[in-house]
Formats: sequence, C-alpha cells, structure tokens
Amino acid sequence: MLKQNVFEIYRNYMIAKDTFVMVLKGEEHGFTVPGQFANVKVPGLYLRRPISVSDYNDGQFALMYKTVGVGTEQMSMMKPGEKVDVLTGLGNGYDLEKSGDKPLLIAGGSGVPPMYKLIKSLVAQGKTVDCVLGFNSMEEVFLFDELRALGANVLVATVNGSYGLKGFVTDAIAALPQDHSFFYTCGPMPMYNAIRKVLDIEGQYSFEERMGCGFGACMGCSMMTRSGAKRVCKDGPVFNSEDIIWEDQK
Amino acid sequence: MSGKQNRLSVELCGLALDNPIIPASGTFGYGYEFAELYDINILGSFSFKGTTYEPRFGNQTPRIAECSMGMLNSIGLQNPGVHAVIEQELPKLRQVFDKKVIANVGGFSVEEYAKTAALLDECEQVGIIEVNISCPNVHNGGMSFGTDPKAAAEVTAAVKEVTKKPVFMKLSPNVADIVSIAKACEDAGADGISLINTLLGMRIDLRRKKPVLANKMGGFSGEAVFPVAVRMVYQVYEAVKLPIIGMGGVSSAEGVIEMMLAGASAVQIGAANLVEPFICPKIISELPTAMDKYGIKNIKDIIGGAHNG
Repeated sequence: MLKQNVFEIYRNYMIAKDTFVMVLKGEEHGFTVPGQFANVKVPGLYLRRPISVSDYNDGQFALMYKTVGVGTEQMSMMKPGEKVDVLTGLGNGYDLEKSGDKPLLIAGGSGVPPMYKLIKSLVAQGKTVDCVLGFNSMEEVFLFDELRALGANVLVATVNGSYGLKGFVTDAIAALPQDHSFFYTCGPMPMYNAIRKVLDIEGQYSFEERMGCGFGACMGCSMMTRSGAKRVCKDGPVFNSEDIIWEDQK
Repeated sequence: MSGKQNRLSVELCGLALDNPIIPASGTFGYGYEFAELYDINILGSFSFKGTTYEPRFGNQTPRIAECSMGMLNSIGLQNPGVHAVIEQELPKLRQVFDKKVIANVGGFSVEEYAKTAALLDECEQVGIIEVNISCPNVHNGGMSFGTDPKAAAEVTAAVKEVTKKPVFMKLSPNVADIVSIAKACEDAGADGISLINTLLGMRIDLRRKKPVLANKMGGFSGEAVFPVAVRMVYQVYEAVKLPIIGMGGVSSAEGVIEMMLAGASAVQIGAANLVEPFICPKIISELPTAMDKYGIKNIKDIIGGAHNG
C-alpha cells in the first residue's frame, strides 16, 4: 500500500564499488512483501527515483542502490540526519507462497538487494534456500556474507573470476543439485535470457523500467504479458515466468 | 456546502463544480489508483485517460524521461478501448466517485472520434467530452488534427453531431497560431477549449548517444511549461467566447489563481500528480488561504481578470 512520508536518514554509506545503502527511519512505511520498491524525491530533480528495498522492519527500512546517474549520485552524498520524501510500499513484491520447500534465488549486480529480505522471510518459514549471485568483479560484490549469515547457501560467480566461481550465474546454478522447487530472480535482461534457458522450473522475475509515477497512474512503464498489458510499477515489478513474453523483451 | 456559499465553486457549460481543480487526462488513470489514496470526491471533477475506439498498448518503452522542472512522456494513448471503459472502468469508478467525470477521447480519424464520443454520450457518469486533438505521441492522428484549423473544425463538428454533452476541444501548443485553431473549434460548435497539451520535446542519453525515449520524441510537461500555458490561455481567452479549462505545469494554489486570471474557468493538474500524488487535495486545501492573501472573495470572480476592460 502506497504511503508518502518524510523519513530521516539514519545511515548512508558505500558497501561496494558504486553501491550504497541508505537506512531510513521515521513514521510507518508501506512495505509488507520482499521485492517491493520505494520512489525517492531527490531535491532539484523532477521525477522520483525508484529504488530497491533490501530490508524493512518496524520504524525503518533500507534502500540499496548503485550510482548510475544524477539522481543516485546525489542520493549517495546525502548525510545522516537529512530528511527525504519517499513513496513506500510500491509494487507487488515476490509471492512467498509459491516457494515450495527448496527455492533457488538468482540475482545479478544491482538485482541483489531484494534477496536480503526475501531470504530472511523464506528462512523464517523453514525453507531451504540456495542463492546464486553474479557480479562483474570482486570490487562489486556485496551482501555475500550477510546473505550467508541469514542461513542461505550462497554461491558467487564473477565474470573475471576475481571472486568465487569464474563465469556467470548459470555456471553457479550448474554447480548446485538440480532439485529446486521454484526460483526467484532479480537482475539484468542478459542474465534472464541466460537463466531461462537452463531452468525448467517455474519462477518469478523482477523487471525494471523507466517510471513516471511508480504507483500505476501514468502508464509509462507498461509491458505486454500473456495476461495483457501490465504496469511494471503497480502490477509488477515481479511477474510469473509463464506470463512473460520473452520475444518482447530487449 | 448547504447554507454557506462555496468560495471555490465554478461552472463549466452548466456543470457545477465544487472547485476548479481537475486532474488532467493521462495522469489519473480512470481514477482508481488515486481513490486508494484519498477521497477523490473532493475534486471538481477529473479527466480520464485518453480513450480510443480500439484498445491500444501504446509505444515501446522507455517512454518516460527526466527534464529540468518537467518530464517527457511518449505513452502513445495506451488504453483498454472505449467498450472496456464503459463496461468495466466506469462501473468501477462509480463505486468511488459520485460526480461527473470528463471523458477524454483520442482518435486516428474523424469517424473514430465520433464513434467513440457517441458511445460515451450514453454514459450518465460523463459530464463533459474532452476531445484530444493534440497527442504528440501517435502517428497519423492525434496532434495532426490539432495543428490544422480545418481538421480541428471537422473533428469538432463530427463529435458535436453525436453528443448532447458539452464538447471541449483539447488543443496542442505545437502550433504557430493557437488562436486560429481555437476559433476554428468555436466556429464548428465547440462548447469549450482545453489547453495546453504537452510540448513536443526530446532528450538524448549521453552514454548510449541515442534518444532516451524509444519513440525518440515525447510530450514535455511539468512546471517548466507553465508560462507557455498561461500565455496561450490568455491569448485564447481574448479571441473566443467559450469557457477554457487551463492546464500546463500547474502545481500550486497560486498557479491555479494565475491560470484563472489568464482566462481559465477551471484548471487541470497534470504531471504534478505523478510526482506528488497528494497534490490535488493539497491545492484544494490551500486555495482559500491563497485567495485571502490576494484579496479574492470568490474564485469565479477572477476568471479572465488579467485582461483589460
């Protein structure tokens, strides 16, 4: 459920190359499911910036973001104590009911943040969680230790082999027993195109698109699915594997 | 408002509005997303998402781009088609909105505009038909009707022919002479004028060295376009006798007052809804204080007040 509030920055610091976490405290937020996102008002910019939420609990939540443009660069320079206007509780998030007993989580680069709360929730439900992370190189690796500490079996692959397995998430998946009940993923389109060829189970993909509003009003981020036109911000960002029309994706 | 005069009330072709605030087409869907956020009955009315005869997905994404004090969109009239609007969206809207809605109609031919308007004419919930002859994001239609006085007049006459409801023609600012288009609509029987739609613009991504939008060009809206909108409302008010719904970059109670002084009888709020979802309730609650500040008793008294004699 969308909420608009002003939150105070509790911490905002770098956790890997070009990657930051901003912990916000304040009034109640609207997050109820892992995989939802926030839309952040950055002073001086017109459109809000949609940002992944890695964790939330009563009275605080954490945004994890890569500096990819003026908005996120400006966010990275904000200081503890500053106030930020944020729309929270956006998007549908992952469906935990579908996980089965042994879900596989696959995340690449800036798609890693939502895995934190997702693993926390699945482990709390008594599920056995395998998690595969892909990065370009060691400097970009983040959350590996934290995700392991939550109780998941975590494998990392880097393209240049500087950390973990050398290769892609698909190489890491191949190193695991193929006995998963369901998968959840978040990452770039080339990663999705690679994993959908090696996975024969159902799962959920999280999509990214340039957004106007973030709450379903402008139709800026629409995508065609097997069940009709959907808004990535409101009907997604998480879509079921059987609903996605891959030929339409770039 | 019984027993006490409502300082904010205005009127559009016999349709009484509790206040002049109307969310603009394309920024408010069919009302439902915002009804989850606040009671949308506090609005004067709202203009629903531009509706065509057939369902449309619109253009390829990305179709949104950031600008200084504004944004570009190239949605391209995504909508479920007029039949789905009448059978699904309007009944759903009735659950959350007691007032008359403004039906925004898009089209690709004179006949299509008329066919769509004729179906909406039968909907009791529709108070005004707003004809979008100014969408910059679709080819062979949309804006081309709004940039030629003769074509604008043809669409106006064709829609007037099929409906008893007031018809407002929504004009494009992408013209050399806005007055000639407005006059052509007036002469063809329009009941009112809505302006402005978005200004045609482009952004280029420096990393990819290509336009940000998949459709290359898009409509520019947001606070940055406000002075252009005020100027055009002022010019059209001088030239035609029809009521005007003014819009373009309005995001404050002061902006509403300025737009009405220029000649608007009511004011639409567009892009501001997307970045500040509670902007319309905020403007409505702040209007009386802003009116006090500028010595305005009733808002309807200031319509066109910036014009001489």
